[in-house]
Amino acid sequence: MTKALISVTGLDATGIIAKVATKLSEMNINILDITQTILGGYFTMMMVVDLDGAHRKFAEIDSELDSVRQELNMTIHMQRMDIFDAMHRV
Amino acid sequence: MIETGEIMQTLRMIQEENFDIRTITLGINLLDCSDADPEVCARRVYDKICATAAKLVATGEDIEREFAIPIVNKRISVTPVSLIAQGDPLPIARALDRAAREVGVNFLGGYSALMQKGATRADERLLASIPEALAETELLCSSVNVASTRAGINMNAVREMGEIILKTAKLTADRDGLGCAKLVVFANAVEDNPFMAGAFCGVGEPESVINVGVSGPGVVKRALEEVRGAPFDIVAETVKRTAFKITRVGQLVAREASQRLGIPFGIVDLSLAPTPARGDSVAHILTEMGLEAAGAPGTTAALALLNDAVKKGGVMASNHVGGLSGAFIPVSEDIGMIEAASCGALTLEKLEAMTCVCSVGLDMIAIPGDVSAATISGIIADEAAIGMVNSKTTAVRVIPAIGKQAGDTVEFGGLLGHAPVMPVNRFACEDFIARGGRIPAPLHSLRN
Repeated sequence: MTKALISVTGLDATGIIAKVATKLSEMNINILDITQTILGGYFTMMMVVDLDGAHRKFAEIDSELDSVRQELNMTIHMQRMDIFDAMHRV
Repeated sequence: MIETGEIMQTLRMIQEENFDIRTITLGINLLDCSDADPEVCARRVYDKICATAAKLVATGEDIEREFAIPIVNKRISVTPVSLIAQGDPLPIARALDRAAREVGVNFLGGYSALMQKGATRADERLLASIPEALAETELLCSSVNVASTRAGINMNAVREMGEIILKTAKLTADRDGLGCAKLVVFANAVEDNPFMAGAFCGVGEPESVINVGVSGPGVVKRALEEVRGAPFDIVAETVKRTAFKITRVGQLVAREASQRLGIPFGIVDLSLAPTPARGDSVAHILTEMGLEAAGAPGTTAALALLNDAVKKGGVMASNHVGGLSGAFIPVSEDIGMIEAASCGALTLEKLEAMTCVCSVGLDMIAIPGDVSAATISGIIADEAAIGMVNSKTTAVRVIPAIGKQAGDTVEFGGLLGHAPVMPVNRFACEDFIARGGRIPAPLHSLRN
């Protein structure tokens, strides 16, 4: 399974999770885990997703997220989970 | 499952503490390119590099994007050119530079000769061509191994290298002696070093190989800020833990690059490689340990601890460790070292002591342009002796700044940085260097 972390940060607004999740669903990307907090009006969400169902290249998936980035005016980063596993698990 | 705090730590290391992969270096064997006709050899060299490294840069960029970790340099190391050049080596130098440009790497190393015991005719031709080759090309790096623990010190080569460094500086005087920033004189050179300017692909290496060098002095400095005032046991433990994390990412990147390119993985070089950027300094790790500046009494001890802890932490994080592995202390490439040299805290003699306990040697040091070739050879001989006796790699990469004196500044730009011209001991060593011959290998070279 190719897992990726999607982090979403920016000013809080209505429907952030819905819009990101909808976009992922359109690409057949399954959400495995979500954590989300709001600190001082600042929205921070981290999603762990499974990219295998998407059947697209990583760069294509990432650029598909551009429309959500623009619509929500939020910073959205996607990166492979392997880097966190490598660094924090023996 | 990875915890949020761990994710945040990784992101902070990359975004705020300058953690990056310093280089993916593709080693390429060129032995099969040799030909009696230098032009034929040059053409084969060009074709082979372009074919083997065609996807190197694009693959590196893909990995950068997917893992969100900067991979600062994509580079190539090749078989020492003196082993393939049967005639004039300059056409090969030009071909290497063209090939490096064609595939988009930012340096190519291996314009090299291994002459710790003596010189072949090809070695002599290569040495003589170095000043012109480095003045004429842009991306080519050169190195010469003049000593080893097994063979002793080739003092003829040491003498010649003093002259060649000076000539290279003069030919590139309009660029502050930039040619010398691409020229390293080694003792105990390693065959799988991914770092420039000293990278070459040794004859014991496979047809092609991926070697990765990590970095992250800023991350170590930040981790040590958390244990201010704590005893050295805790300092060492903190460096080890941090080095482990850094190296694991290096291993991950190396494995990915190897799989995607279909080229075997060689080694991860466990290194703390600084850049001139603030927050990316090895010297600032030393000051974080409690020194006012790099070079203050205690510096050698601090560096010894750091160098050892980096290895201990890193070695478990990778299945093959090699290269130079340790902390680098280049002057012009490290803002803390530049400051220490500028304010007089750091001298050439203290740097020499530091090279006894770190991974390489006198690195990226600007010296007055009016020094004699013999003085440069004397500096090389001293470093080579340290390497030979301590069974470690040492190197000299000094830049005679033509027309400049101690206290002036030279500017190389980019990762090579800028440096204050450091004073050099002017007592003569001409008669010592003129002797030539070989300094015999030490007793402990006989280990069988």
